[in-house]
Amino acid sequence: MSGHDHDHDHDHDHPHESIAGDESPIATRARALEELLVEKGVVQREDVRRNVDWLVSRSPADGARLVARAWVDPDFKERLLADARAAALELGLDPGPSPVVVAVENTERVHHMVVCTLCSCYPRALLGPPPDWYKSLPYRSRAVSDPRGVLEEFGVELDDGVELRVLDSTADIRYLVLPRRPPETDGFGEDELAALVTRDSMIGVAQPA
Amino acid sequence: MERAVHDRGAWPTVEPIDRSEHELADWELLTDALVHSLAGEDLMNVDELRRGIESMPPDEYERASYYERWLYSVETILAEKGVLAPGELDARLAS
Amino acid sequence: MTFRVGDRVRVSDRAHEGHHRTPGYLKGRSGRVERVHGGFTNPETRAYAGDGLPERTLYQVLFGRDELWPGAADRTYVDVYEHWLEAV
Repeated sequence: MSGHDHDHDHDHDHPHESIAGDESPIATRARALEELLVEKGVVQREDVRRNVDWLVSRSPADGARLVARAWVDPDFKERLLADARAAALELGLDPGPSPVVVAVENTERVHHMVVCTLCSCYPRALLGPPPDWYKSLPYRSRAVSDPRGVLEEFGVELDDGVELRVLDSTADIRYLVLPRRPPETDGFGEDELAALVTRDSMIGVAQPA
Repeated sequence: MERAVHDRGAWPTVEPIDRSEHELADWELLTDALVHSLAGEDLMNVDELRRGIESMPPDEYERASYYERWLYSVETILAEKGVLAPGELDARLAS
Repeated sequence: MTFRVGDRVRVSDRAHEGHHRTPGYLKGRSGRVERVHGGFTNPETRAYAGDGLPERTLYQVLFGRDELWPGAADRTYVDVYEHWLEAV
């Protein structure tokens, strides 16, 4: 990293921040707001850091573990479908702040897809931050108006007679898709199975690898 | 009935979905974290965050990136509560 | 109003000044209660420095394609607060 070339009148430590010359105005604004709020004692810098660390720690891996366990253990699958939040806790996973997490099962007869038409509600603790397209205006619109068209764009072709279900997360409930176990995976261990579970398959816009 | 700009379900569009993704920039992680810290201090809850986002002028909302909307909301809500004085952040940026 | 799984309901077709979580595409549409999620704080008041109390019951309502439009999913599930639902 190049050195700083501007004065500071306060200590700061942003090892991953770009330097002022490279920084976009919005980035400057966000940092200035944080500094202002820390100086005023409104928030604690350490608390902000902890929240950054938490967000960065999130990925689809935890969701994939839930799915893989459900694939190998039918009793766990039933518990997952009854209460996904409790099932996550059972595996020692962080289900996130939402009081209710619901897993919905894809079968040979039913395919689920999740959207938040009003904003971007998403099970971040289990899947990581949502992809840009999930938060985009066209996805939010077309996931309810033209879900089959959306699936086509994502390369998913549903067999005839498969019922398509779309869930719009308008409130505090977070939805997670339990995708179908791929064929020819008998005898795969849980880790091998988890590796097949993609983020997009847990949103419902892809089948597992 | 006219819809608010954030109310996008079945909003008429033929726009294809841009599937490119970007890793969150530091300032975006920071903005997200700040909102959660403010929530922890009972200064801003998720409903207020959403309401603040929805209060953006429609054309700005549509042009803004996701975390630009969050930042707008934080400033709006905190100014409303007197946590930020009017123009305080702009003055700091100008100095 | 209190509803049970299986009840047919209609989403109120009304304007609402300010923050609310009932999507426009549902207003005036009818469906069926699929789940009773339980009590949650009311976002409409909590969004304005309120505490969101008293809690309102949140329902998952199922809308068939014929209740929406031809290109809709076979089933669309949306979480709707009790005060936006009317008995059919």
